[in-house]
Amino acid sequence: MQETISIAPQLAASAIARNLWLIPAVPIVASGVIAFLKQPKRKTASALAIGSLAFSLLLALIAFVHVLGGWANGQAVRETANFTWFQSGASHVDLGWVLDPLSAVMLVMVTFVGLLIFIYSTGYMAHDENYTRFFCFLSLFAGAMLGVVIANSLLLLFMCWELVGLTSYLLIGFWYFKPSAAAAAKKAFLTTRVGDVFFLLGIVWLFGQTGTLLFYNSGTGSMEQAALTGLLAQPAAWGFTAASAIGLLIFAGAAGKSGQFPLHVWLPDAMEGPTPVSALIHAATMVAAGVYLIARVYPLMQAGALTGGTTTALTVVTWVGAFTALFAACIAVAQNDIKRILAYSTVSQLGYMMAGLGMGGVAVGMFHLITHAFFKALLFMGAGSVIHGCHEEQDIRHMGGLKSDMPVTFLTYAVGMLALCGFPLVFSGFWSKDGILEAAQHFSVSKVPFYMLVFGALLTAFYMTRQVSYVFFGMNRGAKNAHESPKSMTTPLAILAFFAIALGAIGTPAWPWFRGFLESRAVSFAWGGFNEPGLLALMLTSTVVVFLGLGLGWGLYGGKSPAPEAPDVLESAMPLPWAWLRDRLYVDEFYAVTVIAFYSWWARVADWLDRRVWGGIVSLVAFVFGLWATLNRFLDANVVDGTFDKGCEELYTGGGLLARIQSGRVQTYLRLLALAVVVLTILLFWSGRV
Amino acid sequence: MNPLTGYLLVAALLFAIGLAGALTRRNAILVLIGIELMLNAANLNLIAFWRYGPHPEALTGMMFAIFSIAVAAAEAAVGLGLVISIHRHAHTTDIDQMNRMKG
Repeated sequence: MQETISIAPQLAASAIARNLWLIPAVPIVASGVIAFLKQPKRKTASALAIGSLAFSLLLALIAFVHVLGGWANGQAVRETANFTWFQSGASHVDLGWVLDPLSAVMLVMVTFVGLLIFIYSTGYMAHDENYTRFFCFLSLFAGAMLGVVIANSLLLLFMCWELVGLTSYLLIGFWYFKPSAAAAAKKAFLTTRVGDVFFLLGIVWLFGQTGTLLFYNSGTGSMEQAALTGLLAQPAAWGFTAASAIGLLIFAGAAGKSGQFPLHVWLPDAMEGPTPVSALIHAATMVAAGVYLIARVYPLMQAGALTGGTTTALTVVTWVGAFTALFAACIAVAQNDIKRILAYSTVSQLGYMMAGLGMGGVAVGMFHLITHAFFKALLFMGAGSVIHGCHEEQDIRHMGGLKSDMPVTFLTYAVGMLALCGFPLVFSGFWSKDGILEAAQHFSVSKVPFYMLVFGALLTAFYMTRQVSYVFFGMNRGAKNAHESPKSMTTPLAILAFFAIALGAIGTPAWPWFRGFLESRAVSFAWGGFNEPGLLALMLTSTVVVFLGLGLGWGLYGGKSPAPEAPDVLESAMPLPWAWLRDRLYVDEFYAVTVIAFYSWWARVADWLDRRVWGGIVSLVAFVFGLWATLNRFLDANVVDGTFDKGCEELYTGGGLLARIQSGRVQTYLRLLALAVVVLTILLFWSGRV
Repeated sequence: MNPLTGYLLVAALLFAIGLAGALTRRNAILVLIGIELMLNAANLNLIAFWRYGPHPEALTGMMFAIFSIAVAAAEAAVGLGLVISIHRHAHTTDIDQMNRMKG
């Protein structure tokens, strides 16, 4: 992280903004250190991970307070620190980070929820032998996620985005010895990759159009007016402007990460990972990264909208979000795995966030993101506590009556559940969901998303009541010796439960603090906020819907203890739709016969091509070379070697003959000498020299 | 016939006798004696050529012969030493038995 040296001086970039990179860097460094620890160093590993994230939380709070201070003084804080990463010819690629209300809120949420989940993990993973590896991955994840949050460059965001995807893969497959976990990890990685391909295309296109990937850079960033005007003027295909086309490509990436239909299939399977992972990555933070991304590029999504109007990109976001919200809620009704219900609920709630972004703007979607992060992390950790207490039992039909065995878990879980259902007035989920419904009511394109979301809310209340009745009420149906979890697990639950309630206070219509903060507008407390036309009627509607859902759920499941093997009440009432929902509406099967079938057909074609065509060419070349080599060998053996061998043979024979002269008898030598003298003498005489 | 021819004939005769002895005898001592005879034939030649050569007043031939005799003495000592050590080793002085130095 030496880049700080090359930071160009920025207008109004405080020391806090310039050193913002420390927030993700500290957990990443910690993860690097943990990677070198030996397995028995469990205490050190968890202490490092928790300590580094606590430090990040501290820094995030400082940054948050800084932004808060600026807001209180009536300024819109947006400080960036940019630097050139590399240059190629005239174009250069810049990276940087940004401190604005959006990133500040996310930083605090991610570090805070992350810290609680880290602490919870020390209890949950206490018996796992790969404890250090777990914390190494968790730390790396936290750092990468914080990197996504602070990025001021789409490229930096994408890098961290991929790192997050990698750690998600590693953590889903943490128990890699289970084939289902390994398969789920692979599925998550590949499915999100489908979205990421489009995302990358969008990035490249954006860079090609604007020449920069920075979001904000004193007027020249890609999210600022000059670049957006250029993008709007540039037509793409089928009547889209480049702005909408790029927006849609980026949304495809966000949909992959945030489990939006049709790329939601990986998220329920991802529950094969350890429960803290499900809570941290697949409920609170990583899946929210897609929503955050849309919030981050909101100027692009919104570009070209008339006042009160909407754009193609935002309309698509809305429809996809609303459809996902309803679709996943339907499936969640018929699931029996405690974590799978929550997973589909997460998919559904992410749909709400997307719809909120599409219809109501950044603040509406982000508020639901923040409240959801708290109560869904709470629910997942509560589910983890239940699973832990019931000795790894995950089927809700085999639980029951746990409210007396696990009182703390029950109370906190109930808070989370009511927040998720949107129980009126007291719980944060009510206010954030209400914000989305209100935006949907005023959506100019169609009223259908509104009805979809209201029906989704009904189903949410219904399936959560069903789950809680199965798990905590009635008689115990299997899980013997259920016990309360250790303090390290229940304390984070209690803290999260507190926030699941308290966070509602910052987003009520009377005091829309959160909205004001994100949009840098002054807010004041006024009961008059409720006087907006239709608002009270809407609140009443959603209250009725929630009570209807809770009542239906309690009426059908409350206090009853059906045997685990008995069919569900709804199943006996309408077996066919139930089977559809239980089998997750056959999306996986649909992919198996379309995408995967096509893919394996294509693989077979490629295999055939490889074997027959390319393999044939290669064999031919090999054959020609083989012939050439045979010829060479023949020449070598018969011409080159023959000559050499013959020479050697002659030398050998000659040596043998000469060796006979050396008989070892001195007198023979002397005789030869004498003979030589005689011969020489004769030669001398004969030549006539003497 | 000048006197040199006489000396040369005597020397040649002496050399032939030595060579015959060296070639025909089986006893290593006698072979050495034959070699000594050949050497002295050569010495005789040296003296004769000096005495009847162009500069009899310079004592070159004499010096040469004395050196040659000294070398011959050293050589005889080495030769006898070898013969003795071979005799100690193989209990024979028969030169036909000493045929182990071959290729």
